Amino acid sequence: MSKERIQISEALYDIMPSDYQDLVKSATYGKEDRGWKDIGTSKELIEQHSLCAGCPESMAFRYILASLPNPEDTVMVGSTGCTSLVFPMVAVHNIHSLFGNQNAIASGLKRALSVRFPDRVKDVVVLAGDGATVDIGLDMTLQAWFRQEKFTTICFDNELYANTGGQESGLMQKGFVAKMAPVGKLFDKVRLPEIARESGCHYVVNCTVSKPSLVEKVIRNAVHIAREIGPTYLQLYTPCILEIGKNSMEGLQEMRDSEKPSERFAYKEYVSEPAKQLLTELAAKDKERKAAAKQLAAQAQAN
Amino acid sequence: MAEIKSVIGTQNKKGQTYTDTWKMMNEAPRTPSFFTGSEVIKEALRRASCDVMIAYPITPQSEAAALIGELFAEGYIGDYFRGESEFAVMSQCAGSAFGGARVFTTTAGPGTMRAMENFPMWAGARLPIQMIVTCRGINSPLSIQPDTLEIAYLLNTGMLVWHAETAQDFFDWILKGYMVSEEPDVHLPLALCCDGFFVTHTKDVVNLTPADMCLPPYDPYRSPVPCMDMECPPVRMMRDPFVMKSNYISYATHASWQQEIWAAVERSRKHSIHWLNGLIDTENTDADIVIVASGTAVSQGREAIRLLEDEGVRCGLVKVKTLRPWPEEEIREATKNAKHIFVPEFNVTGWLAKEIRASVPNHQRVHAGPHVCGGMTMPPEIIVSEIKTALGMKTFSLAGRGS
Repeated sequence: MSKERIQISEALYDIMPSDYQDLVKSATYGKEDRGWKDIGTSKELIEQHSLCAGCPESMAFRYILASLPNPEDTVMVGSTGCTSLVFPMVAVHNIHSLFGNQNAIASGLKRALSVRFPDRVKDVVVLAGDGATVDIGLDMTLQAWFRQEKFTTICFDNELYANTGGQESGLMQKGFVAKMAPVGKLFDKVRLPEIARESGCHYVVNCTVSKPSLVEKVIRNAVHIAREIGPTYLQLYTPCILEIGKNSMEGLQEMRDSEKPSERFAYKEYVSEPAKQLLTELAAKDKERKAAAKQLAAQAQAN
Repeated sequence: MAEIKSVIGTQNKKGQTYTDTWKMMNEAPRTPSFFTGSEVIKEALRRASCDVMIAYPITPQSEAAALIGELFAEGYIGDYFRGESEFAVMSQCAGSAFGGARVFTTTAGPGTMRAMENFPMWAGARLPIQMIVTCRGINSPLSIQPDTLEIAYLLNTGMLVWHAETAQDFFDWILKGYMVSEEPDVHLPLALCCDGFFVTHTKDVVNLTPADMCLPPYDPYRSPVPCMDMECPPVRMMRDPFVMKSNYISYATHASWQQEIWAAVERSRKHSIHWLNGLIDTENTDADIVIVASGTAVSQGREAIRLLEDEGVRCGLVKVKTLRPWPEEEIREATKNAKHIFVPEFNVTGWLAKEIRASVPNHQRVHAGPHVCGGMTMPPEIIVSEIKTALGMKTFSLAGRGS
């Protein structure tokens, strides 16, 4: 989709919602080096949201939407849970259908878009919670990776079922006392990043969303690698402050505490050999582009 | 805006000519061919301009699903793969349809049940996916034999549900089905059912349309809901997500959405009548006795009528082609003279008889039977016996029926 597609007929301009007018005026569709720094100076691709005040998931959503390299040709797939409360307010086509089937939907979607637009880039990005990704949808998560489906899977890991009120999930820590884990969870947090690597993902990152620049980097890498090579997986800690007894202001600190070297969300990354090569090529191209832009600017100044 | 040109008369990459569907189905020459039902499904798909087919093995549809894989290898289908379960396959079909593809899949029995959560979602999302259901037993202990009980579960999903009697029905209805499903005022999935084995695994003479003609491609921009391909503006869909909102607006939205799905099923009626030449077929409905059936029970009913004629008992026949939309008016009209209405079925609960009882006046006229299930065949003689018993006529003893 080019930005022309979202232009408003002049005759109808004044009756369009202001958030749509803002999208046309100052969203960053098509901007090559778009990123988290656009937040505050351009229209974000997320309008209001109905998540709890201070929810780290809302931060993650904003950073991710600011960082997608190609939002004008990206379709997102969600699942049931807190994320499904946000997607209706996202200015990128997105699909919610059932709970746990997100990677199956994305498999069919990516293939249909490849059949219909063989000469164009159409990125598909899945974004779902840990219940959807690891519990009810695990077979479809893994099978999409086995089949080397070319899309990115992002798991918002809040270590429980937040939307239904804080029940035990597979990504919950062992021993945590929660609904449906009345004597504490009896088994370890499922090691999905390791499983992702063994299942054929070409890029796997486990981290928190405390640093927007890091989120931007891993999102860009994950989408580019999925587009060119094969499946990628990001597991992002977005703590449910409500269910772990924190206040609205404490989400960021909770993430910082959990990403210390000895903690479960210490930055972990796996990059396959073909993916490493692609990242090197992309970095070289980026450098070239920046140098060219610098030269142009210098020339313009000289003239 | 680019000029929109009709593709009719142009060729696809396999050299087939995109042909006006009405001409292709009704005017083009037909070639009689001796095929199994599974092979007929493949031949229909060859002409269907299908973008994506997703397969999963389950008897008795596995052969058809694999044969369509051969079509993909030959270049007739845009993409094809084996999913990991019917639940996943139906979600993959949904993903492809959300992305604007013409989608086809096949399933049967326990597969239909496993995938069930997807079907109201397909209808609710207005995805015109076509799913062949080659009915088989869903009971425990495990059965793979013909049994139509699963159709009962499909009737309230919001899907169109058609029940083919023969391989010829199958061939024609697969192609015509897309025409009905993809109408902008319908845009709903179609479950095209048949009785497993009886139709899929037997050979029959089927008149095929020319292999060098194919359906016009699906145009996703005629959909009543946006196609999820980022080719149209990604407007904010709603102020608040309706899920979990306990307020009147939320309830009203869900209520009107459901009503719209069923209104779309109703609107499919006129298109189905147009393409199928009516929702039912009738023979001799001025008789006192009328058999109303769907699927292969129609064929058995027809044989029973022939046997009864030999004994001087005149009997009419109603073949129900579409279960959704339900031909209530048509059945009421066709049975208005009948003193007795017999409904032979290949399932234990008699769901068709219940639908008919709810549709006709003087419903005590409806004899729900005979029923066979679990893979039992339905010899015409047991239909004859059922009818004669009800009429108080003398009937011969059938082994195992306690008569």
